[in-house]
Amino acid sequence: MLAMIGRRLAAALPSIAGVVVVTFLLTRLLPGDPAAYFAGPAATPQAIEEIRQRLGLDQSVPAQFLTYLGDLARGEFGLSLTTGLPVMQELVTRLPASLELTLAGLLFAVAVAVPLGILAAVRAGSWIDHATRIVATAGVSLPTFFTGLLLVHVFYSVLQVAPAPMGRLDIFSSTPPPVTGLYVLDALLAGDGETALAALAQLALPALTLGIFALAPLARMTRAAMLAALGSEFVRAARASGLSRGRIVWVYAFRNAMLPVLTTLGMVFSFLLGANVLVEKVFAWPGIGSYAIEALIVSDYAPVQGFVLTMALLYVLLNLAIDILYGIVDPRVKVES
Amino acid sequence: MAAVQAYARHLRHVVTENPVTGAAFALFLLLVLTAILGPALVPFDPLQSDASRTLHPPSARHWFGTDQLGRDVFSRVVVATRLDMTIAFASVLLVFVTGTLTGVAAGHFGGWVDRLTGRIADTIMAFPLFVLAMGIVAALGNSIGNIVLATAVVNFPLYVRVARAEANVRRDAGFVEAARVSGNSEARVVLFHILPNTLPIMMVQVSLTLGYAILNAAGLSFIGLGVRPPTPEWGIMVADGANYIQSGEWWVALFPGLALMLAVFCFNLLGDGLRDLIDPRRRT
Repeated sequence: MLAMIGRRLAAALPSIAGVVVVTFLLTRLLPGDPAAYFAGPAATPQAIEEIRQRLGLDQSVPAQFLTYLGDLARGEFGLSLTTGLPVMQELVTRLPASLELTLAGLLFAVAVAVPLGILAAVRAGSWIDHATRIVATAGVSLPTFFTGLLLVHVFYSVLQVAPAPMGRLDIFSSTPPPVTGLYVLDALLAGDGETALAALAQLALPALTLGIFALAPLARMTRAAMLAALGSEFVRAARASGLSRGRIVWVYAFRNAMLPVLTTLGMVFSFLLGANVLVEKVFAWPGIGSYAIEALIVSDYAPVQGFVLTMALLYVLLNLAIDILYGIVDPRVKVES
Repeated sequence: MAAVQAYARHLRHVVTENPVTGAAFALFLLLVLTAILGPALVPFDPLQSDASRTLHPPSARHWFGTDQLGRDVFSRVVVATRLDMTIAFASVLLVFVTGTLTGVAAGHFGGWVDRLTGRIADTIMAFPLFVLAMGIVAALGNSIGNIVLATAVVNFPLYVRVARAEANVRRDAGFVEAARVSGNSEARVVLFHILPNTLPIMMVQVSLTLGYAILNAAGLSFIGLGVRPPTPEWGIMVADGANYIQSGEWWVALFPGLALMLAVFCFNLLGDGLRDLIDPRRRT
């Protein structure tokens, strides 16, 4: 098991190297003078020259790349112009908010999409099947920011059941003592049910928005994979042996169908992490996405670079986790390697 | 002439085979017509603000209401069609040409060409795609051209992979050998014998990615990249309307959002329909 994880980790190294090189190149591509860019619009030529030296921009590109690697190794992502705080510190404090949102969205999507996909496959051609198809295509056609606004309009403005879309907690609740950084979980750990509910209420709409977007590919893939598994020889053999319907669907077909679904999860995470940025803007969610947007507006590049790098590394790690999970679900992978 | 007739018959078959695909095709034609004729048909100038009519709800005069500057939302939504469609088509055309050629070359020649393109595609796929698009636009500069480029880049791996697989299976097919034996140069074999055979699948890819291209571009302008106000564009109009959702002025965001959704829905249905016809095995 450990050896397998080690091998997967080694296989992820080229991706990480690629990500680091691309984020470095993206700074090189900045139009005009990066020093002037980093210095901001009001800087004097003297200040720009100073920044040029401090950033090492007077050195050759390979030397700059080495410096960049060294900075990354020490967790230095530079300073944000607007807040004056180190980018790294800001990203670390904001990351749990983004993670909480992404995980909640994923949880909702899986909880709805997988049963829906199974039902659609078991009753192929029925109204449930057609409904799943329509929901799936509609879900992936909805721009996330638009879904978010619609939900705010319906549940906050009209029905008035949801709290104002203003971040992770309303002003009446106090932040739970940080353990995991996920407010709902932290509040529960502290035994503070009231705060947990308040945090959950804030989380519900943005998580729903994200989930609706991720639901479509998951439901379609579950349906297709279940159909393939149910049509296979081993399921026919199981049926012929007189096994119960539940056992065939859940033990024989479902476990096999999970493999392509797990593979789809990689793509779903790519969607989720990207859509996260948009949802964070709609709901004023204080995650790393809204941090990057705020920085983008004022052309503050260091946070954007740190954000892109963090997101990419997170994505590589998530794919790694999926790979490992794949090995657990499918014993053949372990035998082959 | 016979070729045109055969083509028309095939098109009719594609459109009528599945009523959903037919409806999507009709919607597609409507969108294209709106993009071409829209600016000539709208009742109001999309940029003309009117301080006496700000945030009016939908009425007989303003079908979709007016925005915070008193501009007619209906006119803006219609006029925006052209820009949104242009961005989507331009980026898909760009990635279609570059991605297909690169993928076919990689699949046909193999070796270092294949390894290099594979490595580039893997590196792009290592990023969450929207995040990479954000990074590219932020680095290259905030312009519509860069939105097109960024959208093309994030779709590049999809095109390369499909084209590569299609070219690879035909590398040593009978008709390719025959072309070679008849004295065609290798470049001619690739361009005139292999490439045309990959096109049906690539066309499916085009219609499947058009929807994503529109979403991607609108998402970027929603967070303030690319298109700048006051240019009418669906993403930026939804972003404008977002400020009025909480106070109950829903129409400013709703109508451009619906237009966006309809366009993406149309492209996705069209893509699914085409895929089912051309490549039934991939039906899900």
